[in-house]
Amino acid sequence: MTDTLSSPLPDTAAARRKRVPGQPSERVLARRRRIWTYLAMSALALFFIFPLVFLFVSSLKPSGQIMSDSGSGRAFLPVGDISLDNYVDVFDRVPVGQFLLNSAFVTVGIVLFGLLVNSLAGFALSRLEWKGRGLVLTLIIATLIVPFETIAVPMVYWVSKLPNLFFENGILVYDFGWLNTYKVQIIPFIANAFSIFLFTQYFSTIPKSLDEAARVDGAGWFTIYRRVIVPLSGPAFATVAILTFLPAWNQYLWPLMVVQREQLRPVMVGMQYFFQLSPAWGEVMAYAAMITIPVLLVFLSFQRAFISSIAASGVKG
Amino acid sequence: MAGRRRLRNRQGAVGLAMASPALILLLLFFVVPVLLGFALAFTNARLVSPNPPRFVGLDNFIRAFTADPVFFDSLRNTAVFAIVVVPVQSGLALLLAVLVNQRLKGSTLFRVVYFIPVVTSIVVVSILWKFMYRDDGLINSMIDTVTFGAWNGTDWLNNQSTALPAIIVLSIWQAVGFHMVIWLSGLQTIPEELYEAARVDGASPWRQFTQVTWPGLRPTMIFILITITIDALRLFVQIDVMTQGGPINATSTLVYHAVRKGFREQEVGYGAALSLIFFVMVLAIAALQRWLTRNKD
Repeated sequence: MTDTLSSPLPDTAAARRKRVPGQPSERVLARRRRIWTYLAMSALALFFIFPLVFLFVSSLKPSGQIMSDSGSGRAFLPVGDISLDNYVDVFDRVPVGQFLLNSAFVTVGIVLFGLLVNSLAGFALSRLEWKGRGLVLTLIIATLIVPFETIAVPMVYWVSKLPNLFFENGILVYDFGWLNTYKVQIIPFIANAFSIFLFTQYFSTIPKSLDEAARVDGAGWFTIYRRVIVPLSGPAFATVAILTFLPAWNQYLWPLMVVQREQLRPVMVGMQYFFQLSPAWGEVMAYAAMITIPVLLVFLSFQRAFISSIAASGVKG
Repeated sequence: MAGRRRLRNRQGAVGLAMASPALILLLLFFVVPVLLGFALAFTNARLVSPNPPRFVGLDNFIRAFTADPVFFDSLRNTAVFAIVVVPVQSGLALLLAVLVNQRLKGSTLFRVVYFIPVVTSIVVVSILWKFMYRDDGLINSMIDTVTFGAWNGTDWLNNQSTALPAIIVLSIWQAVGFHMVIWLSGLQTIPEELYEAARVDGASPWRQFTQVTWPGLRPTMIFILITITIDALRLFVQIDVMTQGGPINATSTLVYHAVRKGFREQEVGYGAALSLIFFVMVLAIAALQRWLTRNKD
């Protein structure tokens, strides 16, 4: 670290401009400031990273050792009795594989259907002229202020009354209640006002002359959507995918209420198995690590896109 | 003329058709629950019940404000949480953004590190901090080391006076990176020439911040204040995982209480009434902030 600090970085314009003899030069001041900045940034980095280091390191230790290491710096070091035993034990205790599959299925469902449905709506709202579209757009934006938590309770009541249609012995039959299904975890979250808003914004920056040219060539509106707009809107699709992926994977309150059957539970609710039993902390840490690693990997591989997506969500707000 | 109108009519049909999947879903899973919530708030509906819901007028609201002390505890805790989190989190986020916005080697790395808690699920974060907050946990032993044993530590989450502050700390730890990125995008909209000009005038970094940066961040600030406030009011997962509202309701929040009543105790009518009160508060605060931060020029 100190090596990079002492190596002379290029002067700033200001440093070159002012150099009063006898006083510490601008250059020295700038370097001092840089050192303090690095110190502050490193201290903050430790603050943000230490719990996660503790999590991953502890997941490799037996529960007893986690406790005894808590008193010293050993808590952050993979020392002592290191093994993957906790991970193996977690698989014995809870159906982790099933939970991970459920979460993956639900997340992919929400993201993919969401991209399709919301981009179609964004297309209709940004490029087609129809009565009431201004009003619809205003209403959609207005819904953004309403947190999901305010409608969660009535929503449970509502989905518990919704009909299911299915075939039994070749005849169409129905019953009521969406509780304990995959669809109750996916369908309510497909349409997303914020995604529609982002698509609408992005699509309206694409010149309309492209549509007109395509129409002269005889293309229908759906063809224009598919062949002209979608290929030009990669960044918008990436942003929406990222912004819907995280909350979908992290869902907790909703599945807690609507999914009691173990086979259908997502990973976050699966964490509850460890609240009830007298916790074997090594296993808790291993489970927590397992459900965090997929997201961390996705984030670290696409960190630039992630961060610019979040930034995009703020600029227009 | 006629051809143009026909074209527009066709666009109308196509537009509606393309928007309809999203609109129908929003209708079913947003509009209906909102309206249903309004309606249920005035009934004695239960989640599973042989009897149809019965209209009870304002009974649920009267109960909340006169006969439910936990509601008041929840209201107070939610307010305390928001009043601390909103300024601290937005301020810390701005500090982080200013730090990583400098053109220094490795600032991208720091940005990524600060952002990692954001992508870590709040459920995982809560269970992890719950463990660290134990009587014999990591936080106490770190404090012990730093103060050379002068501090005896406490069982943070089982102590009525420390439980909510403890939850505030981890909530800020988890979410601040998100708002750092929003501030950062605001910072990057400020043209570099303004800083150049300020430096030519000999402005110190602090004066550059107050004279150039801060005025340029106004739209970002409004967005950040509104989102942090609403997020703070939604506090639920940390409570559910770490304390279940305890000890003695010291950490019960509005959403937690609404879920406890409306779902766990199956009193949907009462839970819907609590949600409605919460909804009105969110709207009022959003409106208030819009008004306070309105453009005065």
